[in-house]
Amino acid sequence: MTRPQLRQSTGPQFTRILGMGAARGELVVPNSEIIEPINSSDEWIQQRTGVITRHRASADVLAIDLATEAAMEAVANAGIEPGQVDLVIIATISNVQQTPSMATVVADRIGANPAAAYDFNAACAGYAYAVAQADALIRAGAAHYAVVVGAEKLSDIIDPTDRSISFLLGDGAGAAVIGPSDYPGIAATVWGSDGANADKVGMNATLIEYRDGKAPWPTLRQEGPSVFRWAVWEMAKVAREALEVAGITVDDLAAFIPHQANMRIVDEFAKQLKLPESVIIARDIATTGNTSAASIPLAAHRLLQENPQLSGGYALQIGFGAGLAFGAQVVVLP
Amino acid sequence: MALSTEEVLAGLAELVNDETGIAADQVALEKSFTDDLDIDSISMMTIVVNAEEKFDVKIPDDEVKNLKTVGDAVSFIVSAQA
Repeated sequence: MTRPQLRQSTGPQFTRILGMGAARGELVVPNSEIIEPINSSDEWIQQRTGVITRHRASADVLAIDLATEAAMEAVANAGIEPGQVDLVIIATISNVQQTPSMATVVADRIGANPAAAYDFNAACAGYAYAVAQADALIRAGAAHYAVVVGAEKLSDIIDPTDRSISFLLGDGAGAAVIGPSDYPGIAATVWGSDGANADKVGMNATLIEYRDGKAPWPTLRQEGPSVFRWAVWEMAKVAREALEVAGITVDDLAAFIPHQANMRIVDEFAKQLKLPESVIIARDIATTGNTSAASIPLAAHRLLQENPQLSGGYALQIGFGAGLAFGAQVVVLP
Repeated sequence: MALSTEEVLAGLAELVNDETGIAADQVALEKSFTDDLDIDSISMMTIVVNAEEKFDVKIPDDEVKNLKTVGDAVSFIVSAQA
């Protein structure tokens, strides 16, 4: 048999984030509006989570709508034509239809039809996973310009009486366009999972149990203290590894953008990493809430709006959540 | 060498003080972490992780739920050192 002669693709050596977009649910929900069912107070929520308000979407707005808005802004900010986008990846846990995927419809809505398009679920690590995939696919020559989106409407899968996680959660979408670059703009991703602890955070029932009347509408729950320990001390190791594989130290960072799970996690995480005071820390959770896969790009978008001097600087971003899935990488901010 | 109950209590009181600002002399064996010292679950977990490092012991998540009082925590750490 002769040696196979197929051509395999190769792409550019480097990629970077070219532009970002954001969409938050239009309803601003203060703690005072959600405390009664959990027999709590504004002070209790602020002290334990740092959340003052969360953005939620109205009944007629779905995650796919938030994803479309964020993706359109990201493409405009990237300075490319929508038709140049040939890959759309959406990280989500809250698409209300299991099929079709949100990504195919979003690709069409933003003018990127017939881009390759798919959704995937890595929960709160979704955006970091999406960046890893887009970077790898472009460098492999499988795509040229990718739109990656974290999009969630979590308010449809919460229980107002739940004291473990529901009161933290918000709705939103954050997007980035990733494309070829003259310089290395996305360092290697450190990612993984720990399915042995998959029961620590997730839905409290299956759709089958709901259909058969054996459980109420499935909603999110977490074992807060266990998740806190993992999110800070285990994820600090992952964050340090992401810096190491990027070839930089905390002193080189301009920004730290962890998943916006809880302000106490953000603060303790920053303490464990011994970040210098010069590093700007994303604290979008205070007013947006925890938006799972959307939280990192939403926080990054806001940091860039409020601190335009961060453009061109290094940001360490790390997502972690249900699965337990995690992913971290250093990127150059657009 | 394993530390005594008094030594573990003193060390734990320092950790509670670092995390919460509660005076070390308030951290007595009979005090409940939640009801008497008003320590929430996140601060409790931070104290637990710091105690693991300070006393070179493992305190699994499932065990943390059983540590209702300062005395429970001190007893666990003293036993775990052995």
